Amino acid sequence: MTEESMDIDMSMPTNTVEEFLRMERMPHIWCPGCGIGTTVNCFAHALETSGLDLKKVSIVSGIGCTGRVAGYLKLDSFHTTHGRALPFATGLKLANPDLKVVVYSGDGDLTAIGGNHFIHAARRNVDMTVILINNFIYGMTGGQVAPTTPIGATASTAPYGNFEEPFNLPYLAESCGAVYVARWTAYHVRHATKAIKDALLKRGFSFVEILAPCPTLYSRRNRLGDGLDQMKFYKDNSEIKNGADTKTLGLSFQGKIIVGKFVDKDKPTYLDSMNAFYAQKFGDTYSPYKG
Amino acid sequence: MKADPKGVVAGAYFIDGDHACAEGAIAAGCRFVAGYPITPSTEIVERIAERFPLIGGMFIQMEDEIASSIAIQGAVWGGKKAMTVTSGPGFSLMMEHIGLAAMTETPCVFVDVQRGGPSTGLPTLPGQGDMMQARWGSHGDYGIIALCPNSPQESFDLTIKAFNLAEQYRVPVLVMLDECVGHMTERVVVPPADEIEITPRRYWDGPKEGFLLFKAGPDRVPPMVKAGDGYNIHVTSLTHDERGYPVMTAAAQEKLVRRLIDKIRLNSDAIVECREEQTAGADVVIVSYGITSRIAIPAIEQARREGVKVGHLRLITAWPFPAKRIRELSHHVSCFVVPEINYGQMVREVERCVAGRTRVERVSHGGGAVHNPKDIYAKIMSCGKEERK
Repeated sequence: MTEESMDIDMSMPTNTVEEFLRMERMPHIWCPGCGIGTTVNCFAHALETSGLDLKKVSIVSGIGCTGRVAGYLKLDSFHTTHGRALPFATGLKLANPDLKVVVYSGDGDLTAIGGNHFIHAARRNVDMTVILINNFIYGMTGGQVAPTTPIGATASTAPYGNFEEPFNLPYLAESCGAVYVARWTAYHVRHATKAIKDALLKRGFSFVEILAPCPTLYSRRNRLGDGLDQMKFYKDNSEIKNGADTKTLGLSFQGKIIVGKFVDKDKPTYLDSMNAFYAQKFGDTYSPYKG
Repeated sequence: MKADPKGVVAGAYFIDGDHACAEGAIAAGCRFVAGYPITPSTEIVERIAERFPLIGGMFIQMEDEIASSIAIQGAVWGGKKAMTVTSGPGFSLMMEHIGLAAMTETPCVFVDVQRGGPSTGLPTLPGQGDMMQARWGSHGDYGIIALCPNSPQESFDLTIKAFNLAEQYRVPVLVMLDECVGHMTERVVVPPADEIEITPRRYWDGPKEGFLLFKAGPDRVPPMVKAGDGYNIHVTSLTHDERGYPVMTAAAQEKLVRRLIDKIRLNSDAIVECREEQTAGADVVIVSYGITSRIAIPAIEQARREGVKVGHLRLITAWPFPAKRIRELSHHVSCFVVPEINYGQMVREVERCVAGRTRVERVSHGGGAVHNPKDIYAKIMSCGKEERK
């Protein structure tokens, strides 16, 4: 079929999320069956319904497959260094508190090389949203073991299987101070979209973990089928338990996945605390920091 | 553009080089500092932490130097002038982000108060061993600017200059202090704000349509916008085109990285600064920087009293290096003497420029103290014309 013969108004987006994407950069680099694109779709829908001024939304990624998200979104977008999206985002947010700053990156980027930054960003309760796509593996570099790889799963640098205890990320986020913590999978698109929207509208350090299939490097190596098989697995093995104790949310290899919203509380942000503290200390000589 | 009077507290002070650096940053309009405690640089962030709350600045002590060196870059894209401050071990940790700032053309200032190294080395004692690291420490090829103050007054002045150069060339600028200058207390004059020249950020003021964040003008420096301005900018550490989009080709690499290097190399006549004293007709020329430029003075004076024509060339910009000037002098001088608190770093640049035309002698010191001027004097006396007769 030639373009001329198509009876489609090309000026209209075929998908409402297209206006949030840099369509000139398509096709993206992600593999068939990868869950990252699904989460981007959720994110775009969350933005669409959030009522946020898109001019004021900045997205920051680290390095890796999920690290490429920033580059596909039609927002002010920053693709930084491996593991360092959070301190970049901290600087950006504190320089201009009017911005809504979103960090969108992978499990290896945010919790291995960036683990120290993760705990401190949560501790400070800098007002930002962190969306972590957990595919249990380093995808971009060829399927190496990650701090999220379940015990028993194999990876290119754990050819006999992983024996290290993986992170329970919701527990980590909550214990470090996150005010909003949720976990969903790429199967749960409506829940994930709602969670991202809630997180975007929450003041403080909000955290959404989304489990996503990596068919090329995780599923295939572990004989778990393709992307669709992993989605079926998520469907059959996820249990929604809102408010579950985050201590109980550890993941095992192909075991049950507890999903839901686990933490949603209010706490002064970094800037709230700083301004209140200095106002008390200095009295009228202090003008609240507004960037 | 003139400095903001709210931050500048004009007057004459008796303060050390670290405190003067903090005041220079404030005068330059810096209102975001991220740092991590490390001797002998800590006094800079301590003063910033005290001064910032009441002048609308944001100081944050980050979890490490890696975080500090990228938090400042987030702040720059958020619209602030920003700086981080460290010493040897922290400087090593910051290397990747000097490359990031070079690659993304993020104007910012890194201050390194040098101490003895390698590794933890001599935390409280001087060194000048980070000079090559300043130039080449991040992987890949790129250009930077590095300045070398030799007094608290210059620490103030050159920190302002560092911010101005960062904005002029959209490049990370390094202030290479050393422990002696950082901790040396002297008179520092802070001029009134309206006498301090500040280079504003080169924000794009043309039409929004068709704006390209990495499209440079004739001086090879592209204009900037900031997050929140409605441009949907994309800034990546990957090799990118003029839109800022990643392009993984040799052609894109050649176009971008050559410009990153050329914007410093081809503008070096405008950037390079050195101070010369009695170099015309000199037989021996001392090339020095930082504290060593002051330690060399008694040696130079003693040699002059004994009839040797000694000139002194002091590096203000270590990078770019004053290659042209050293080359000119090498046609007339019989020996360059290069004292530095390392086992031979900037002397390699002198040797490169001299290209075998004349002698180049190093006076090395491993760090932990300054040179004994007698060692510099002895070298002068051993390499001049008189000695060689």
